[in-house]
Amino acid sequence: MDPILQVSGVSKHFGGFTALSDVSIDIAQGERFGLIGPNGSGKTTLINCICGALRNDGGSIRFEGVEVSGLPAYKRTRRGIARSFQIPRPFHSMSVLENLLVPYEYVAHLKASKAEKQAMDILQRIGLAQKAHGPSSQLSQVELRKLELARAMAARPRLLISDEAMAGLSGSEVDEVLKILLDLNASGITVIMIEHIMQAVMRFSQRVVCLDAGRIICEGTPAAIVADPEVQRAYLGA
Amino acid sequence: MKYWIPAILLVLLAAGVALSGMNEYFFFAGYVVLTFVVLATAWNILGGYAGYVNFGTAAFFGIGAYTATVLFKWLGAPLAVQIAGGALVSGLLGFGVGLLTLRLRGIFFAIATVAVIFICETLMVNWRYVGGATGLQLLRPETLAPFDSYIRMLFVVMALLAVAAVSMARYIQTSWIGRGLRAIRDSEEAAESSGVPTLRLKLFACTVSGLLMGAAGAPMPMYLSFIEPASTFNLSYSVSALAMPMIGGTAHWIGPVIGALLLGSVQQIVTVTISNEINVLVVGVLLVLFVVLAPDGVLGLFKRWTRYFK
Repeated sequence: MDPILQVSGVSKHFGGFTALSDVSIDIAQGERFGLIGPNGSGKTTLINCICGALRNDGGSIRFEGVEVSGLPAYKRTRRGIARSFQIPRPFHSMSVLENLLVPYEYVAHLKASKAEKQAMDILQRIGLAQKAHGPSSQLSQVELRKLELARAMAARPRLLISDEAMAGLSGSEVDEVLKILLDLNASGITVIMIEHIMQAVMRFSQRVVCLDAGRIICEGTPAAIVADPEVQRAYLGA
Repeated sequence: MKYWIPAILLVLLAAGVALSGMNEYFFFAGYVVLTFVVLATAWNILGGYAGYVNFGTAAFFGIGAYTATVLFKWLGAPLAVQIAGGALVSGLLGFGVGLLTLRLRGIFFAIATVAVIFICETLMVNWRYVGGATGLQLLRPETLAPFDSYIRMLFVVMALLAVAAVSMARYIQTSWIGRGLRAIRDSEEAAESSGVPTLRLKLFACTVSGLLMGAAGAPMPMYLSFIEPASTFNLSYSVSALAMPMIGGTAHWIGPVIGALLLGSVQQIVTVTISNEINVLVVGVLLVLFVVLAPDGVLGLFKRWTRYFK
């Protein structure tokens, strides 16, 4: 089967700083993929390039066989790439439910009245149903993370990129979010997880790539990654 | 229906009053207040819904007025054509300005829109055909029946424009477009990744906003029987169009209407009873008070009170 996402030779510079150099990753349909690396290693830059928030300087990004690197972000979302943000960015003037109506209206082109039921289903699954009509500006940290994921799900993605959805959460909250992501994957969505919490990535991922200073230093199963001397050096220093 | 019946009744009421024997000055002042209802409503479509603060209201207003002047002088066009022309040209200006500036954010966008005023004013100052810096005297055509003065007719025309503008703003607010614009205001990145074509939507808002401002400016030369660049492109239009939605509340279409009626009427009363200079002060003081004490405007205050007494 063809990979759902093919990143080949992607590079990105900010002025004289090289954030990504020659990064190539293939992600298979239905895969649970982990992306790790120390702070500033280029993880978020890479997914910004994949989602269209940034344009890559070189290389190609193909989604389901189609070159997407020239497309604006909203068109990539409509093609089936959704993401959550590291720092939650709720539409804070709207209710929780309304937050989900935005992707329903703009991606699936559903009328708000029709979308509401489906949006409620997602909120039910993710455990935010009770807050559906409350303002999104009054959610707790873990609820905001869930809202990020719920809104991404409302865009009906085939590839979901979760950017540090668990940073700063407690142990049981991490388990909650992890379960949501596993359920999503079980329903057929390919998931890329970016995470600092090693334990979570290791439990979740089938395959892990470690970035350091904008290049891939190691790729393999979670167990192989942890044992890799390059990874240990990147994280712990020489 | 809950909206349209009162809206139609209001226009009929305006027409009824205009046909009555009421003092001419009422229409002279009422016209200006209604102009501000249109300007504030137009400003709010981009500034309130999408959160892009536009300081260029005077430019769109002025270009509407000058387009009307040119159409009148060149073709002797009737008022309806002048308004349509003014709206069209200002709408195009909105599209063009949007294309060039809407990639900028926050303060940078605001500064760019100020520049548009100066560019437009300079162009008109140097254009002989419309009178250059000294301006142009215009002879009003015959007043149409059943009105017995031109000002009364303009008052009704502006009432119609105000209802049209508010209806448009209301439609945008309650439709999917409005939700998209609010998403842009809350977080542009999140909006884009939720499938919202942010640039296209902002361009749409900027065009509609410019179009309505142009329509509001178009009858101005006929109202004054005169046009001249310094007062037509006066920055106070920009400031008022921004202050009124802020004072009324930017989240709902009724906000700019409340703000314009409130501030516009106070300005007219102050101009007549105290002085024309003081009315600028009034705008400033009210704006500061609202921004500090009631950042969500009259609507926000109202919401807070109703919650408090419940």
